[in-house]
Amino acid sequence: MFKRLYPALVITRREVRDQLRDWRIIFPVLGLTVFFPFLMNFTAQQMLGFVNRYGATIIGERLVPFLLMIVGFFPISVSLVIALETFVGEKERGSIEPLLNTPLEDWQLYLGKLLAATIPPLLSSFLGMSVYLAGLVIGGVPLPPLQVLFQIFSLTVVQAVMMVAGAVVVSSQATSVRSANLLSSFIIIPVALLIQGESVVMFWGDYTTLWWAVGGLLVLTVLLVRVGTAHFQREELLGREIDVLNVKWMWRVFRREFTGGAAHFGMWLTRSLPRALRDMRVGIWVAAGLAVAGVAIGLSIVPRFFLTLNVADMDQMGGRLQDLLDLWSLAGAAPVMAIFWQNMRVLLLASVVGAFTLGILGVLPLMASTAAVGYLYGLLVSNGFPPLTFVMLILPHAVLEIPAAVLATAAVIHAGARLATPDSSKTVGEVGLAAFANWCKIMVGVVIPLLIIAAGIESWLTPRLALLFFR
Amino acid sequence: MILAEDLTKHFDDFVAVNGISLDVPTGRVMVVLGPNGAGKTTTVRMLTSILTPTRGRALVAGFDVVRQAHEVRRVVGVLTEHHGLYGRMNAHEYLEFYGNLYGLSSREARRRSDALLEQFGLASAGKKRLGEYSKGMRQKLALVRALLHEPPVLLLDEPTSAMDPESARMVRDAIHTLRSSERTILLCTHNLLEAEELADQVAIIRAGRIIRTGTPENLKRELLGAPEFEARLGSSLNGWTPDGLPEGVHLTGQGENWLRFGVEAPDAANPRLLRRLLEERLAVVAFSEVPRSLEQAYLEAVAQENRQEAARV
Repeated sequence: MFKRLYPALVITRREVRDQLRDWRIIFPVLGLTVFFPFLMNFTAQQMLGFVNRYGATIIGERLVPFLLMIVGFFPISVSLVIALETFVGEKERGSIEPLLNTPLEDWQLYLGKLLAATIPPLLSSFLGMSVYLAGLVIGGVPLPPLQVLFQIFSLTVVQAVMMVAGAVVVSSQATSVRSANLLSSFIIIPVALLIQGESVVMFWGDYTTLWWAVGGLLVLTVLLVRVGTAHFQREELLGREIDVLNVKWMWRVFRREFTGGAAHFGMWLTRSLPRALRDMRVGIWVAAGLAVAGVAIGLSIVPRFFLTLNVADMDQMGGRLQDLLDLWSLAGAAPVMAIFWQNMRVLLLASVVGAFTLGILGVLPLMASTAAVGYLYGLLVSNGFPPLTFVMLILPHAVLEIPAAVLATAAVIHAGARLATPDSSKTVGEVGLAAFANWCKIMVGVVIPLLIIAAGIESWLTPRLALLFFR
Repeated sequence: MILAEDLTKHFDDFVAVNGISLDVPTGRVMVVLGPNGAGKTTTVRMLTSILTPTRGRALVAGFDVVRQAHEVRRVVGVLTEHHGLYGRMNAHEYLEFYGNLYGLSSREARRRSDALLEQFGLASAGKKRLGEYSKGMRQKLALVRALLHEPPVLLLDEPTSAMDPESARMVRDAIHTLRSSERTILLCTHNLLEAEELADQVAIIRAGRIIRTGTPENLKRELLGAPEFEARLGSSLNGWTPDGLPEGVHLTGQGENWLRFGVEAPDAANPRLLRRLLEERLAVVAFSEVPRSLEQAYLEAVAQENRQEAARV
């Protein structure tokens, strides 16, 4: 095993040595490792003194681990720069070709560079966190619990590897450091949002959620590494010209995938679309399973977030529904469009989030929606209402809306899976474009029509059926 | 040692290499000539298993470039167009790094690199940072890197393009030595004098296709016609006209005291021609072949190709 790893370690050793000779890397890392923790230490002590004066000790307690996370994160942010430099810089300077001529295997080169871009920033991050923690001990500030420390260390490691793995994917789409830097916003922005989310969780004090973050990031990192290794290949590194925007080519790829070779609309509807649905059947099963899981979660949280429903309010339901029907006339398209757009917004959000996370977070809107459905059902039944109440209020349009959401989510999962599946014959951009075209096909061919019909039912039929029941 | 059959490479719609076939036996040097963008680098990259051929196959030192890529890379030394040096390393560190990648121990890599640096006149610059190297020094070091693991096959892309005449001579001598030690060499160059000196075989490549191949002598004969021989006379011709020249010999030019002949088969015809001149009591003081360069042959090949293409259009 070591024999196979050795060439990767040779690469790592050279790269690390090279980094240690570059003052542009050394100075910022030193600053972030040695001076920044002192600053954070000082900030923590001042803040603690200030908030304790006003009895807000909880803010101080939450601030200490938060600052530890920040101290750990800043040095690892350098890993992104190093990764772009080591992967694209070599390509740009032409020094990658002699390396590709050696008996190195692609994965050994990838691993060597991944380690080189990850280890030095991580070591400086650990050093910085140690300096910060030592400062806390010296200043007599209580340390966060061991579990939280371990969570923050785990998050730091996973985030560093994730950024580097993401940088490799970005690098495969660039032949110059400049273009790679431009593309790196696809990593920086999600990571910035992630840090904000983690900060909220830390100030909220719900540290168990951090484990979910660690787990989710780990899965995402594994997928990014998979995509990276799939595209970090000799042929792709040297054989493609990818910096020029080629609209014609993009259109060709999109059209080929979208039409699926269909010559006319009828053929597209009867052959290409069913084939696309068949191709993503695993995604459909996964999305359906997650939808069911969402319902189960919704039902399970009813006791925790129980609301007592006022029977008198429910008695007034008939009157309210009548008011609604007075507003929503049978011929009116406005409520249909409003409902349709609301549902579309949620599914678009799912696809945007999914695009950044290889489909992983794209399942959340579906799960949240079905969890809400489960919760509502549980709440009505727990308050003694017959299940038919729920059926009248939700089911008429949900029979179309939920399958539409499942299919849209399945398309996002399928797109993520395609991106994460090694395909050395295509670039990441080409795979992404094809996945996008397939998503468009499912949306245009199935999801949008279903949502429009569901919105029509929801605005025209559901209130009338419910009115019959509540009268 | 290098065998390629119908080697073809497409990049989407662009055909970079179109059905190239090569056969370079052990201990021979094949020079590939061609303009920029002709497909030389793509061919080399296919032979080093970096690019997968769209069609065709190639064997290097007996290994298939697609199915045995790892073995191919072990037995090939490549000098690429980009030398790929790391500016913050010195030559010893750099060569040790590459030696390790080729499976050499650090000690062995050091031993070999010391010898090669000495051979190429870089020993005194061994500890200098590579960022401070001149172009020629970089090129020599890249060549040293290609030779470090003592590969039986060498693929050299423009090995002397950035070198001063002295260094270029050093490298050409090294190539002669390598050939005599049974290394197989494929050399891409624009330097036709160098090609003429080194080549056992020449392949002229244009727009991804080999348009001519053969030994330099055969190419010259094929493209420039029969060789010419010049007779220098000790006295003036005084209106002498050549009659009754041997078969396969014709007069191509003459001056006050010289004559030039086109000779189809010099081995057979030249003795008869000389005898004829002497019979005429002409005072021949020198008889030699008129030098013709590979450059003329190359330009003629390209011109012929252009004419054929124009005719096709």
